[in-house]
Amino acid sequence: MKTVKLTIDNKEIEVDSSLTVIQAAELAGIDIPKLCYDERLDIFGACRMCIVEIEGNRKLQTACSTKVREGMVVHTKTDRVIEARKDILGLLLDNHPNDCLICEKAGSCLLQDYAYEYGVKFRTHSGKTRDPYIDDTNPFYIYDAQKCILCGLCVRVCSRLQVTGAIDFVNRGFDTIIGTPFNDGLINSNCVSCGNCVSACPTGALMPKSKEKFRAWEVKKVKTTCAFCGVGCQINLLVKDDKVVGVEPVKDAVNEGLLCVKGKFSFNFINHPDRLNTPLLKEDGVFKEISWDRAYEIIKEKVDKYMEENGPDSFAGLSSARCTNEENYLFQKLFRAVLKTNNIDHCARL
Amino acid sequence: MTNSIAEIKNNDTIFVIGSNTTETHPVIGAFIKQAVKKGAKLIVADPREIELSRFADVHLQLKPGTNIALINGMMNVIIENKLYDEEYINKNCENFEELARLVKNYPPERSAEICGVDKDLIIKAALIYANSPNAGIYYTMGVTQHSTGTHAVMSLSNLALLCGNIGKENAGINPLRGQNNVQGASDMGATPADLTGYQKIFHRESLEKFERAWSTKLSDRVGATITEMFKLIEEEKIKFLYIMGENPVVSDPDTNHVISALKKVDFLIVQDIFFTETCEYADLVLPAVSFAQKDGTFTNTERRVQRVRKAVKENGLAKPDWQIIMEIMNTLGYEKKYTEPKEIMKEISSLTPQYSGINYEKIDANGIQWPCKDKDDTGTKFLHKDKISRGKGLFMPVEYVKSRETPDDEYPFILTTGRILYHYHTRTMTGREEGLNEIAGSSYIEINDETANRLSIQNGDKVRVKSRRGEIITRAKVVNTIDRDVLFMPFHFTDGQANYLTNTFVDEIAKIPELKVSAVSIEKLKEEDHV
Repeated sequence: MKTVKLTIDNKEIEVDSSLTVIQAAELAGIDIPKLCYDERLDIFGACRMCIVEIEGNRKLQTACSTKVREGMVVHTKTDRVIEARKDILGLLLDNHPNDCLICEKAGSCLLQDYAYEYGVKFRTHSGKTRDPYIDDTNPFYIYDAQKCILCGLCVRVCSRLQVTGAIDFVNRGFDTIIGTPFNDGLINSNCVSCGNCVSACPTGALMPKSKEKFRAWEVKKVKTTCAFCGVGCQINLLVKDDKVVGVEPVKDAVNEGLLCVKGKFSFNFINHPDRLNTPLLKEDGVFKEISWDRAYEIIKEKVDKYMEENGPDSFAGLSSARCTNEENYLFQKLFRAVLKTNNIDHCARL
Repeated sequence: MTNSIAEIKNNDTIFVIGSNTTETHPVIGAFIKQAVKKGAKLIVADPREIELSRFADVHLQLKPGTNIALINGMMNVIIENKLYDEEYINKNCENFEELARLVKNYPPERSAEICGVDKDLIIKAALIYANSPNAGIYYTMGVTQHSTGTHAVMSLSNLALLCGNIGKENAGINPLRGQNNVQGASDMGATPADLTGYQKIFHRESLEKFERAWSTKLSDRVGATITEMFKLIEEEKIKFLYIMGENPVVSDPDTNHVISALKKVDFLIVQDIFFTETCEYADLVLPAVSFAQKDGTFTNTERRVQRVRKAVKENGLAKPDWQIIMEIMNTLGYEKKYTEPKEIMKEISSLTPQYSGINYEKIDANGIQWPCKDKDDTGTKFLHKDKISRGKGLFMPVEYVKSRETPDDEYPFILTTGRILYHYHTRTMTGREEGLNEIAGSSYIEINDETANRLSIQNGDKVRVKSRRGEIITRAKVVNTIDRDVLFMPFHFTDGQANYLTNTFVDEIAKIPELKVSAVSIEKLKEEDHV
């Protein structure tokens, strides 16, 4: 590995020569703002927010697309850089609806965060703004073109990471939006509703259709393992008022920030009203609610009876590939150590 | 998996057989597509044209139940052309001559005939696989759910050994596990012959180790598998059945047979998060909490033990499964108590060689792939690295044998079943998601367009499908992605439930039912039959 020495904001660092300035800065603990950058994707350079001043260069350079060089001196927060970023944000906000008060993305919106950081307000102007366009044909998420900054992250996530290629830039110039071929609705495309575009969107342009109203600061994030297939994707459950209201993928994990439609959107079963809330005993063909104590009493009566009359091998248990390791371990222990039978199996074969 | 998910993108060749990966393991499916975009070659063997076929260099659209003939054919080509890894075989394997002798009888012409694919495609697939420095095999139930499933896995293992792809990074033989913790349930000894970590119940030493740890005598008699349990219930030998987190009324083959056994058993406990189809037949239903309401671990398909963390409170009186089981044990006089799952993991690692270095602190950030032997071990990315676990890789030559039920005049079609992207198993969870039901809300059967035309069936028509076990009514989905004599049904749905049709013939070794091949008939539902 060839390394180079460079200076970023007066901090000297030595990094792999194949890195870009934005990656080197990250290693040095210096955060450079960016809207279209994703370390999983190749460089796009569309948003220009990551511009920095590099000594010896007359123009500002985008940190995402500039490779590090020996002796390079980089400044990420000079007045000139900050002014340029303000201009960029100003232009983006000119076309953005002034609705942060009611936008569910508020609090986790990069555009909002940067506007706050750089003190840029919505401007009143009489110039043209983009026409409203909303695609809400997909049952899980919505696209609002007016909130879209055309960073292209969604398009690239769909084509490069999910490799479905359902969406692309549609129309030209000022009328450009994100859409599907012939633009006849996301649901009529080859979109597989994985929601990986939604997870990547830095603004409120692609949003889940949530059943609950919540904003970023109201939720607690709990990292856990998705409970559907065997890939074991890592997810953050978003919890508000003891309810799971959303799911986001974890990037630094086996799934590399990707999920499928089930992992991303199928969480409403958790707080579903149909959930079993109490033990049920069937009497004369009808289920009646009973207490746990009563349930355990009945189990004991039955176990004693069959143990005496029929012996250990009259017991059998089906454990569960849906339950945890600890639960499977205890289940087989119950059958082997307590009921003295090896009649224990699970659905590995199905 | 012998290897890791992160390695998929570095395979030179990916051989996907009997797996509709983009629907059943969508994120792994995405990684396979990423690998192809990066330049990897892709071989797909599947009776249906699936999304991955569109990315494939070769799609072998074989008849269901002919995997072994295909693999033997590929090995024939590899051996005839001397493309195998002689050095690797000499060093690491035994029984090569037997394999060579057997696959000699499978020239591509013969395999092509059995599988119903072009022989040139078999040759092409064999050459691609053998000429790749790093080739990974990925398979699921399309390989295993056959009466010859175990033999087909041996066959794949022969192929991988032949080209030196075992014990190597970015290669290997990789079953993609279906359920979130099917790997873990097997690791934990939830099978009739194995204690944790595949320690055999009939090995004196293992049994004594557990007897000491659990302070009790244990039985060394191998127990019954699911299918055997249902039989023993009918013979009135099993009286008490406790089902935790499973829904066999929908998931198991031959639904009528399952229901009659569940009705028959004296006392049935079903423990679940919803009142499932199986709960109907229970005497006692116990409410458990979901994965989001408890702590624990799942082990994924690449052997990675990862944390499950409690995010929301228990609902009603529902409890975590581990607590229910512990309380039952305590009720029955076994005193051991655990205050949290972490303590159970401690016991597991003390008894399980592959898990002995695993604890909650260590797996907190990113999980750990077993085997993990001690506290300094950071886990195992790919297996058999320095040497094959059993000492030498044993070639296990296997003959192709027909599926147990083949089409005849009365039941002229092969029905094969599987999963779709939008639902999970028996829809206990996904069936309650409106959006998923909006996209895929009911049962259907895929039928080839020419066959449909011949039977005057149009897309969306109601059809009656019959097998020797039962009959169902569903809707036809006319496609051009499946052979003329093959039908496909997702097994998730209860309106037109595929498993009323499937058979209970099992693989004699692994006891897996032959869900991928049943003989059926199909007819358009007459106007007066409409219900």
